[in-house]
Amino acid sequence: MENRPLEYDYTVAKLFMLTTILTGIVGMLIGVILAFELAFPSINTILGSGLAEYTNFSRLRPLHTDAVIFGFTLSGVFATWYYVGQRVLKVSMAESSFLMFIGKLHFVLYVIGVAAVIFSLLAGVTTSKEYAEFEWPIDIAIVVVWILFGISMFGLIGIRREKSLYISVWYYIATFIGIAMLYLFNNMEIPTILGTNGIGESGFGDWWHSVSMYAGTNDALVQWWYGHNAVAFGFTVPIVAMIYYFLPKESGQAIYSYKLSLLSFWGLMFVYLWAGGHHLLFSTVPDWVQTMGSVFSIVLILPSWGSAINMLLTMKGEWQQVAASPLIKFMVLGSTFYMFSTLEGPIQAIKSVNAIAHFTDWIVGHVHDGVLGWVGFMIMAALYHMAPRVFKREIYSKSLMATQFWIQTLGVVLYFTSMWIAGITQGMMWRAHDEFGNLAYSFIDTVTVLHPYYTIRGVGGLLYLVGFLMFAYNIYKTMTSGRKVEESELQSASPMGA
Amino acid sequence: MFHWLEKHPFFFAVAVFLAVAFAGLVEIVPNFAQASRPVIGTAPYSTLELAGRQVYIKNSCNACHSQLIRPFKSETDRYGHYSLSGEYAYDRPFLWGSKRTGPDLMRVGNYRTTDWHENHMKNPADVVPGSIMPAYTWMYTNLADIDTAYAEQLTVAQFFGVPYNKPVPMKDGSKLTVKMGVDLADAKALALAEAKLITADMKDQEIKDAVAAGNIPEIVAIIAYMNSLK
Repeated sequence: MENRPLEYDYTVAKLFMLTTILTGIVGMLIGVILAFELAFPSINTILGSGLAEYTNFSRLRPLHTDAVIFGFTLSGVFATWYYVGQRVLKVSMAESSFLMFIGKLHFVLYVIGVAAVIFSLLAGVTTSKEYAEFEWPIDIAIVVVWILFGISMFGLIGIRREKSLYISVWYYIATFIGIAMLYLFNNMEIPTILGTNGIGESGFGDWWHSVSMYAGTNDALVQWWYGHNAVAFGFTVPIVAMIYYFLPKESGQAIYSYKLSLLSFWGLMFVYLWAGGHHLLFSTVPDWVQTMGSVFSIVLILPSWGSAINMLLTMKGEWQQVAASPLIKFMVLGSTFYMFSTLEGPIQAIKSVNAIAHFTDWIVGHVHDGVLGWVGFMIMAALYHMAPRVFKREIYSKSLMATQFWIQTLGVVLYFTSMWIAGITQGMMWRAHDEFGNLAYSFIDTVTVLHPYYTIRGVGGLLYLVGFLMFAYNIYKTMTSGRKVEESELQSASPMGA
Repeated sequence: MFHWLEKHPFFFAVAVFLAVAFAGLVEIVPNFAQASRPVIGTAPYSTLELAGRQVYIKNSCNACHSQLIRPFKSETDRYGHYSLSGEYAYDRPFLWGSKRTGPDLMRVGNYRTTDWHENHMKNPADVVPGSIMPAYTWMYTNLADIDTAYAEQLTVAQFFGVPYNKPVPMKDGSKLTVKMGVDLADAKALALAEAKLITADMKDQEIKDAVAAGNIPEIVAIIAYMNSLK
């Protein structure tokens, strides 16, 4: 083996860092607009009534969720893979022109896919299934992008020098397999141009339109098996992959326990899928499926907290770093939000709690403390760690980073506290009866009461967006005017102490 | 075993797949056939209703409105009988939603009229003071896509055996036959005939004129769909 350190090639990682930031801004900006539309409905026609169709809450809502999931998060996953993968497998992408080509093609097709999604959702072309709104032509494009990601990943694994796969790689592999399976099965649909009438004519209507292979209750079951686990394999598994690499690297601490990581990985793989039924409590899916969903949601606390505790204990004896380094702050608070969110979720999955919480803003709050506090913080931390090593420049401003951290933390806290109150208030009002057994409130009463909470939530979201713009600015300045630095000057420990 | 897997990526991936796929097999497969059987009184959507359903989906109405009544007194008081699995037999995709920013619509056809929807969609706050629902003014000018609705009817009849042009049992013991066009012109004629029944209860002269001239604005289709939800 050569006697000098490997020169890793970050071309593709850089490209995906760019889309992480751009789609992050788009997704979060739309989110803030949506939040204020609920508080102040006149914002629905902010660009005039002629364009109202495209600025309207319901048309923008899937664009927000998809921009954040398939734009920001997925870009972050790809960016970190093209960085972490090479380093833990001890192989450079520059060693294989084939993998380099696949990586670039992966990026180009991904960008085309994102553009197609944005335009189609604005035009109202949607299947309506949450986080699976894309019609069949885009589904096919997404499958191709995913296959390229797989070739990229397993190609790099195939030519690795480090024979043993590091924990992060386990999670990236699981991300690939989980999403592939879920996406394929949930998007089984038949294009309606195939519909043929009695006299042999077909090809009517919009060519991109399709119908789901599943009807009603079955469709719901498959959708939430997917929807819940898109969260698992998009918002949990790859983010855990990131923290297993970046926290030890940044802190110089070895992972606390290998056995705990083993337990939480295989535990998460086995348990997560069962819990999908908790989205369908009191619905028309079979009762035993609902109960299984509830029970396994509670069991899910174990592997989730296993990872989170492993991370927090990795900092054992080094807590002064949390005070000293804004980057460590992001990751430690991220793990904490992960713990919080994975406790809150199971609580909401208990049937009697779910009876109040389901359909309310408490669920929205739950999603956001996970995504803003855990996913967002971790991806930004990963990019902050990568930037000096990828661009060979020091982070432009540490104090800006610290300010960003506090602004965003305040934003997340305002977000989930207001949604918590809003959700429980509305849930309780829906079910309230007066002394004669009549409903105590009309539906509109339960909407107008939420106005202050919607406003606070909007402010919380806005703070988070402001922080994200500071992040984007900081990375931009790092790229263009940060002090030049070589990697050997940067503190960089090996994960697992190996 | 785990150490061995960590050195063999292929088998590692297979093991992950098995761990992940197991739950789906156990939870989803057993009830699949049973859950898709219609209950008595459930009929397929007519061409215009289906076009309206597509308008509903196009505008992501399901982002704020559920179509799932849970078996609680507070919900059956507010929305009507709790939902039954077989009532969704012809719903592709399902539209249960996951958030009730607005009320449930599973049985909205029982307690809202064409007239009410016509005014409400123009400006919800005029009808329900304090409403935060946006106005859907473009539905009054955009035309409903009957071609795609017809294509969808043909597709579900062909691939899933949805009983168009066949009698289906109703709750009162009678039979109902939902017609599907022999060809596109026939489908459009059926939709137009249905649209005229809707516009008879509407006040907007421009909408009435459009339908009289053979064009069906989206608002007419979505009202047909709303009225079918019972």
